[in-house]
Amino acid sequence: MNNRIACIASNTFREAVRDRVLYNLIAFAVLLSGAAILVGQISIDIEKLVVINLGLTAVSLFGVVIAIFVGIGLVSKEIEKRTLYTVLSRPVRRWEFIIGKFFGLAGTLVVNAFCMAIGVFGALLYVAHKFQKPDGWVLVALYFIILQFLIICSLALLFSSFSSPLLSAVFAFSLFVIGTFSEDLRNFAAMAQGMTKWVATAVAYLVPNFSALNVISSVAHGQPVSSQLIIFNSLYALLYSMMALCGAILIFQRRNLK
Amino acid sequence: MHAIEIVGLVKVYSVGFWRKRPKCALHPLHLNVEEGEIFGFLGPNGAGKTTTLKMLMGLVFPTSGSARILGRDLNDPGMKAQIGFLPEQPYFYDYLTARELLEYYGRLSGVAGKDLSARVQSVLGRVGLPDVAGVQLRKFSKGMLQRVGIAQAILHEPKVVFLDEPMSGLDPMGRREVRDLMEQLKAEGKTVFFSTHILSDAEALCDRVAVIHLGELRAVGAVADLTSGVQGKVEIVWEGTVVPTSIKTIGATCHVTGDTVRAVVAEESQDLVIDALRRERLRIVSLVPVRTTLEQYFVEKLKRSEKTAGSLA
Repeated sequence: MNNRIACIASNTFREAVRDRVLYNLIAFAVLLSGAAILVGQISIDIEKLVVINLGLTAVSLFGVVIAIFVGIGLVSKEIEKRTLYTVLSRPVRRWEFIIGKFFGLAGTLVVNAFCMAIGVFGALLYVAHKFQKPDGWVLVALYFIILQFLIICSLALLFSSFSSPLLSAVFAFSLFVIGTFSEDLRNFAAMAQGMTKWVATAVAYLVPNFSALNVISSVAHGQPVSSQLIIFNSLYALLYSMMALCGAILIFQRRNLK
Repeated sequence: MHAIEIVGLVKVYSVGFWRKRPKCALHPLHLNVEEGEIFGFLGPNGAGKTTTLKMLMGLVFPTSGSARILGRDLNDPGMKAQIGFLPEQPYFYDYLTARELLEYYGRLSGVAGKDLSARVQSVLGRVGLPDVAGVQLRKFSKGMLQRVGIAQAILHEPKVVFLDEPMSGLDPMGRREVRDLMEQLKAEGKTVFFSTHILSDAEALCDRVAVIHLGELRAVGAVADLTSGVQGKVEIVWEGTVVPTSIKTIGATCHVTGDTVRAVVAEESQDLVIDALRRERLRIVSLVPVRTTLEQYFVEKLKRSEKTAGSLA
């Protein structure tokens, strides 16, 4: 990573920290400890299942909300407040700015997810008193959640590069919801006929496939994740994020900062 | 080599929501700024000053035309490392302290390590903010932010400094300090290009100025050349409080201040006035032709260009 990208990324991370974005960890900690104590009292033999399901879903949801609401302002806020003027009048290329912002937000989300992961494992230890081999798959589920964050970050940046924060939020959140049901959309496309089939197939392949990135339920049941899925999901998230980032850069390169 | 070379720069915006129509913000602008000079870019609000600066900074793309700074293309990162820019009414990351902000900008400009810390400290002292280096910018006043803005523009020791309305938001002392700073920059051999609508600042500082109005360049030249046009009047000052009757009858405007009288008369009447003062044995203190001020020149230019625009419409 070049110096300027690293500099922009670290400043984006610092902004998130100073804007108290990481305070969500407190809410997460309260939620998880409450849940761990509660399920310990009311569940029989399914404590781990509940804690993993609840913990990982919370990690995902908290992260998605941060990715969308911080991501949509990454470019538009800089334009609106004109902080971008003093950055782009320096030897900083526009693509470096976009990439720097992406890494900054992705870094914030990874740190956030890491802290939450510690919480999830802490809660697991509390309810089960020891770790077992299948608990290792929780790490894979966390990795997939981080891949999800990277896609959402890049999409939020893409929308932020040409749209207002409100519209960007609507677009990004809609894509997240549709993407979550992308498997159903693909099944529907397979069953549909004629024009509907074409449209449904196009949409199914265009929206991010978050279904494939969600292995929370199977991991909670102690089922392993295949190495093929890990490789496929890694490549998919990388390619999808890169394409969204390229789109953001192409739009931003041509944008007049009035 | 010119410090700044602008060749036919044009900016046309599309305005309107449904039916877009073109609006010309800048007509073909041709302008050269020499190295080491303080150049004033004058014009009323909405004249096209900021649009021109934004195009030079690569923030807005020109519709046509080109420009070079230090002989290099506007998109050349090497050139950008040698320029500094203060936008109009700057806003900075307010969660950062003044030192953190300057370190951030310094790194983006390629300054690093111990050199960066030393420069940050020195530039904060230069703009009069050495004691608030550790204070978050959200606690700064408008004038302090303007000083931080100037600091970030000169931090990396650029060869050309662009300042958009640098005196905006500053009190009289602050304005004086910025003027001194600009003169220091010139003494260091740097080129200063600044836009303003405060004409006294331009008159006091600039080697040359350009006047822009309604997106068109109206005049460019040395301040002394633009204001050298005499108005056909002379100002005569003499001691005492007496105004001879013959001077009143030729239509002179006279003001008695303390123990001197100041009269402005037409050039052709100056001998009559001198004779009258000799007759009354009044001592003449000074006799100078009345010259056009930059403000008068500016107002005159604006009126003329508005008339032209009106007649064309």
